[in-house]
Amino acid sequence: MNELAVHFEGVNKRYAHFTLNDISLDLPTGSIMGFIGANGAGKSTTIRILMGLVRQDAGSVRVLGHAMPAEQTSAKMDIGFVSEDMRLYGAATLGWHMEFIRSIFPKWDAPYATDLLRRFDLKAEQKIKGLSHGQRVKAALLLALARRPKLLVLDEPTTGLDPVARREVLGELMAVLADEDRTILFSSHNTLDVEQISDQITFIDRGRIIDSADKEIFLDRWRRLRLALPPDAALPHIPGVVEIGGSGRLPVVTTKSFEPGMVYACNDSGATVQAIDTMTLEEIFVANVQSRRQEQIA
Amino acid sequence: MHSDIVISQTDGRPMYLQIMEQIKQRIAVGEWAIGEEIPSIRQLAVALRVSVITIKRAYLELEREGVIVTQQGKGSIVAPNARLTPRLYDEELAEHLEQVVRLGKLLGLTPAELAVRLQVATDEFAAGRLTKEKV
Repeated sequence: MNELAVHFEGVNKRYAHFTLNDISLDLPTGSIMGFIGANGAGKSTTIRILMGLVRQDAGSVRVLGHAMPAEQTSAKMDIGFVSEDMRLYGAATLGWHMEFIRSIFPKWDAPYATDLLRRFDLKAEQKIKGLSHGQRVKAALLLALARRPKLLVLDEPTTGLDPVARREVLGELMAVLADEDRTILFSSHNTLDVEQISDQITFIDRGRIIDSADKEIFLDRWRRLRLALPPDAALPHIPGVVEIGGSGRLPVVTTKSFEPGMVYACNDSGATVQAIDTMTLEEIFVANVQSRRQEQIA
Repeated sequence: MHSDIVISQTDGRPMYLQIMEQIKQRIAVGEWAIGEEIPSIRQLAVALRVSVITIKRAYLELEREGVIVTQQGKGSIVAPNARLTPRLYDEELAEHLEQVVRLGKLLGLTPAELAVRLQVATDEFAAGRLTKEKV
């Protein structure tokens, strides 16, 4: 078994108005990665390269041990892919689609598919054109899941879903992970979903990966420190400063390298640490993007 | 069976801490018995719809605190010597006291003044209890 389900190294792709720059990415088998970026950051382009739908200009891509795009045919037997722009036949029923996929993929799991119909509250007799947006997303997900793929690649799976449907979808994604050999990569701009179920998190902005680590590391190291300084005192040295806000004597410092010893260091220099705030993934993402954009300008 | 662990999005604490606390409570009241096998990391992750890595973190910390024991290749059990109740509340008290001291400093209170406030709060609590019991 491969330890890495997905491996990108130095991948580049140039378009007229957009460049994907030096993307390197590792996704260990059995884990789930949330791929976060603003609209137009390069999430979908990266996913298309992963799927072999777009050929990279440079760099190597391996998916489930297969070189992409050269070996995409064999790789795709084990990849389930769901994206926004995937079209199902409007005039056909969901049952017809299930039969169609079953005829192509020998690993199709019919009892699981039936089970998913019930859990997603869908009916095989329904025609695709009569489905709501949320039902269509769930239908596409059902068709991918019931193939029992080793790797699930989902481009914005929860976008536009109501809270109940989102919960159903996230629950099914976690159920997939009960099997240690299966891996999920999903892109989203909903950081709450990503924060809840992801093991690995990758931030992408303007065609570059700006950070990639396991989720606990992100949530552990990023902190907002609210300080109080004595008059005319300088800000103490704090490692990993990303952003300094607040006012002169009451600065608010965002750091990406927090460790508890920092508090003593601040106290020793005369500053008082009034509060140490944990940050949500969304706050971390926004602070991260803003500081990188400023670095690029400077 | 495990879905009764509730993760709050508005609770400021990280998810792994919330999970740790609720597991400790479960053990403290005897719902998870001493020496009993507890769910695997993956099982609990799926049940709670929370990433594997978060549960792993919670289990690691619980192990470090001596609340659970993980046997290589087997699974985790509630530690045979997990004396949980006193320690659990003791830790919580220490945490709250730290906050009290911090806020006291912010307000410029002396330790003596803080002690008075604690006494007042204790009296108020006792009074509140009595009225509640009467009703």
